[in-house]
Amino acid sequence: MRVHFTEFGKVRFISHRDAARAFERAFRIEQLPLAFTLGFSPRPKVSFGLALSVGHESDAEYLDFELAEEIPLEPLAAALSAALPEGIDVPAVVALADRAPALQEAVSAVEWNIELTVDDEVTGTPMITPEIVEHRVEALMAAPTLVLERVRKGRTASEDIRPAFRRMTVLGPTEGGILVGVELATRPMSVRPAELVAALGSEFREGRVRRTRQWIERGSERLDPLAADPRIALEARAS
Amino acid sequence: MTSLWPRIEPLLAGVEKPARYIGMERGSQVPVHRPGSVSWLLVYPDTYEIGLPNQGLQILYEILNERDDAVAERSYAPWLDLAAALREHAVPLFSVDTHRAASDFDIVAFNLSAELVYTNLLECLDLAGIPIRSEQRSETDPLVVAGGHSTFNPEPMADFVDAFVIGDGEEPVGEMTECVRTWQGGGRPGGRVGLLRALASVPGVYVPSMYSVEFDGPVLRSVTPRYSDVPAVVDKRTVADLADWPYPKQQLVPLIEVVHDRLNVELFRGCTRGCRFCQAGMITRPVRERPTEQVRNMVANGLRRTGYDEVALTSLSSADFSGIDNLVSDLVNDQIGCGNVGVSLPSLRVDAFTVGIASEIQKVRRTGLTFAPEGGSWRLRQVINKLITEEDLYSAVEGAYSQGWRRVKLYFLVGLPTEMDEDTLGIAELARNVVKVGKQYTKQASCTVSVGGFVPKAHTPFQWFGQNGTEELHRKINMLRDDLRKTAATVRWHDPKATFAEGIASRGDRRIGAVIERVWRAGGTFQEWSEHFQLGRWLDAMAAEGLDPDWFVTRHRTEDEVLPWDHIAAGLHRDFLWQDWQASLQAHGLPDCRWTPCYDCGVCTDYALEHVVASSVPPAGGSQGTGQDLTLGGAVPVMLSPTRVPT
Ligand code: SF4
Repeated sequence: MRVHFTEFGKVRFISHRDAARAFERAFRIEQLPLAFTLGFSPRPKVSFGLALSVGHESDAEYLDFELAEEIPLEPLAAALSAALPEGIDVPAVVALADRAPALQEAVSAVEWNIELTVDDEVTGTPMITPEIVEHRVEALMAAPTLVLERVRKGRTASEDIRPAFRRMTVLGPTEGGILVGVELATRPMSVRPAELVAALGSEFREGRVRRTRQWIERGSERLDPLAADPRIALEARAS
Repeated sequence: MTSLWPRIEPLLAGVEKPARYIGMERGSQVPVHRPGSVSWLLVYPDTYEIGLPNQGLQILYEILNERDDAVAERSYAPWLDLAAALREHAVPLFSVDTHRAASDFDIVAFNLSAELVYTNLLECLDLAGIPIRSEQRSETDPLVVAGGHSTFNPEPMADFVDAFVIGDGEEPVGEMTECVRTWQGGGRPGGRVGLLRALASVPGVYVPSMYSVEFDGPVLRSVTPRYSDVPAVVDKRTVADLADWPYPKQQLVPLIEVVHDRLNVELFRGCTRGCRFCQAGMITRPVRERPTEQVRNMVANGLRRTGYDEVALTSLSSADFSGIDNLVSDLVNDQIGCGNVGVSLPSLRVDAFTVGIASEIQKVRRTGLTFAPEGGSWRLRQVINKLITEEDLYSAVEGAYSQGWRRVKLYFLVGLPTEMDEDTLGIAELARNVVKVGKQYTKQASCTVSVGGFVPKAHTPFQWFGQNGTEELHRKINMLRDDLRKTAATVRWHDPKATFAEGIASRGDRRIGAVIERVWRAGGTFQEWSEHFQLGRWLDAMAAEGLDPDWFVTRHRTEDEVLPWDHIAAGLHRDFLWQDWQASLQAHGLPDCRWTPCYDCGVCTDYALEHVVASSVPPAGGSQGTGQDLTLGGAVPVMLSPTRVPT
C-alpha cells in the first residue's frame, strides 16, 4: 500500500522520526493487519520516503506498508487521518504492485515553495522585492557551477550543487517575504532548502517552506508516486 | 489577547526540539475559559520530555477539566534556548494547550517531585512575569501552588509558594477550586490574604504565610499558626480507594519521544515494605491496590486509544500486587485482546519469583533487568530494612542469566547510616559473584553497578541522620571503582556534589529559600542536568546568607530537635519513626504490615484508613527470600522490635 499524506501547521515542528512513530501508532489504533518482518524482533513492514525536516510543511509525503491480509481500501484514508495527529492528513491510499521499487530509491525530483525573508537586524530595513529575488534567481540559474563546502558523513568535501537545480521561479510576495518555486533533483545529491536560500543571497532567511510535489521519473515519464506502480494497472498489463 | 501562538511561532524556528512547545498530544484538551470557572495551569518544572509522562499531573488535568467550574492546561519548563528567546522578545511563559499566558490563569500549580528542580520553579514564575516571592504578589497575580513528594518538607520553598498540597491531590484540587470560586464570586473578601486564609482551612493545604517561624541562633524553635483558625499541623490527604479514581482515562500521547513513552497504569499506591531510606514508601502509606478488573480495563482501553504497544504497570514495588503473575501472563499472552504488547514492571524485587515474571515478559520484548539490593552487606540491609539475602540475589541473577540475559544492573546507595568500608566493599564482592554466576551461562556475562549517594529525607526514620559529605562519598565510590577495576562489572555513579546540594534543600528550613533564590539568580536552572550543575553556586549562596552547609547536610539531628517539617504530618508518629531509627542502628528488621499484624506507625489509625489489598497472603517470594513466614502467627526469623529499643 502507498499512503499519500500532508503535514501542515503546528505539527510541522515534529521530526521525520516522530511522524513515523505517529503512523505506527495510527496503524495500531486502526488495528490494521500489518505484515511483519521475520526474525528475532519482528518489525512491521513500513517504509518511509524522503525525510521532511523539522519546521517544513508538505503537500506531498509518502510511505509504503504491507498488509498481512486484504482489507477494504476505501475507508482507510479517512480512518488514518482520524488516528493521526491534527495537521497530518491522508488524502489517499493506493494498492501497490508487488515488488514496486522503494520510495527512497524511486523518487528522483521534488518541488518546493520556499519563502525568502530578510532578517531586519542584519540589513536595518527589510529590503526584499520580487525584482531583487528575480535577479538573483536568474544569476543562479545562469551560473554553470555552484561549488559548496559540504559535510558528508563527517567529512568536508567540495561539491557542485548546480546540477540539482532544475527550475526556479518567483511566485510573488507573501506577508513576510517572497515566495520562490523550485524543482530540485534528488540525485546524485540532494540539496536542502536552506542551502538554496543561502545560495540566493547571504541576507536571505528561510521563511515558511513547503514541499509541493515528489516525482518518480522513468525514462521520459514523470509520475506521481501514487500513480507510479499501481497494482491494478500491472495486473491488467499482465493479463 | 488569549493565544500567544503568533508570537511564539517565529521563535520556534531557532530552538532545539520545537515540538516540545506545540501541545496537540492525543488526549490533550482545548478548554474554553468561561467567566466563573477557575483556571489552573499545571506546570512540571523540567523539560517536556521528563514532565509530560508525569501521571500525577495528567490525573489532575483530567479531573479538573471534568469539573463544570474549572479548566486546566499544562506547561513545562522551557529549555535554555527558548527561555532566552522568550526574554529577548518579551513573550511570557505559556500553556502548551492553547498558548495562553501563564499570568492569565487563576492558579499556577507546580509538581515538585525532586529538590533539584526548585530553581526551575523560580525560573518559570519569572518567565511568566509573576513576582517570585509570595509577599510581592498582588491581588491580580495568580495563586502559586505546589504539590508532589518534595512538599512533605515545604519549608525551603515557603517564600515562593502561596499554598502547598500535601499528599494525594485528587480531592483537594476540587476543594481549592471551590474555595477560589467562592472568593472570586463574593467580591474577593479580604483581598489576597483573605483567599490565603480561607485556603489554609482546606484539609491538606499548607499556607506558609499563615505561620510564624522562630529561630534561636541557628536552631529552629517553632513554626506556629498566626491565627486560631489555621491548623497547627497540616495532615496529608489520602485517597482511600483507588477504584474510585480510574485516571488517567485519556493518557496523553506525545508527538515527540519522552521518558516512559508507553501506556502507564497504576497498580497501587503506597508501600509498606518499610525500607527506611525510602521517603516515597513512608509518605504514601497505607497500600491501596486497584481492583484487577479495573487494571485490565484500563490497559485494554488505554492500548486501543493510544496505539501504544507497551504498557508499564506502575507502583513502588509492582511484584507485590495481588495476582501480578496472572495479570502479566494474561497481558503477554494476549488474553485482553490487544495483540502483542510489551509489559514493563518498574521496581522489581530481588527474587526468583520476579525473574519468572520478567522472563514471561521478555517473550515479547527483551528489556534490561535491574535489581536494587541498595546495601552491600546483610548487616547493612538490615539497617535499612531491605531484607534481601545474598542467596536471594544470586538465585535471582542465576535465573536471569540462565534465561538469556547477559547483563544485569544492580543499584546501591552509599553513605547509609552505620556504613563501614567493609559494607562498601561488599558491593564489589556481590558484583564479582554476580558476574561469576553469569559466566556459568554466558561468556559475555557482565553487570552494571549503579551507585547513588544517600540523601536523608523528611518523614523517614533516617530524617535524623547526618548525610555523608562529598569527600566521604567520593572516597567510597573510588574505593569501589578500584576494587572492581578489570572486572566485567562497570561502575556508574551519581555526582556526590549534586547529592550534597540535594541535601541542602531536602532537610532545609525556611532560610534555604534565600539560598535557592541566589542560586537561581546566578543562573542555576536545570540543576538535575549535570552539565548545568555547579555546587559552587550553592556554596556561594549559603555563604552569602551566612549559613553553614554542614549544619544542614552532614549534622546528625537529636531526638528533641524541632524539625522544619514537624508541622506537616504524613501520619507517621514521630515516636514510631524515632523507634524505627533506633531499631535500625541495632540492625533490627521490621516486617511488612500488609500481611502481618499492624505495628501502629500511625497512618491507618489516625486517618481511619486501611490497606486495600486483594490477597491476604503475600505473593510468592514475598518475603524477599528471607525465609520469613509472613502468614499470621508465622515464624519470623527476622528480629523485630515492636517495642522501644533501649538506647
Ligand atoms: S498503621 Fe499499621 S497497618 Fe497501617 S501502615 Fe502503619 S503499621 Fe501498617
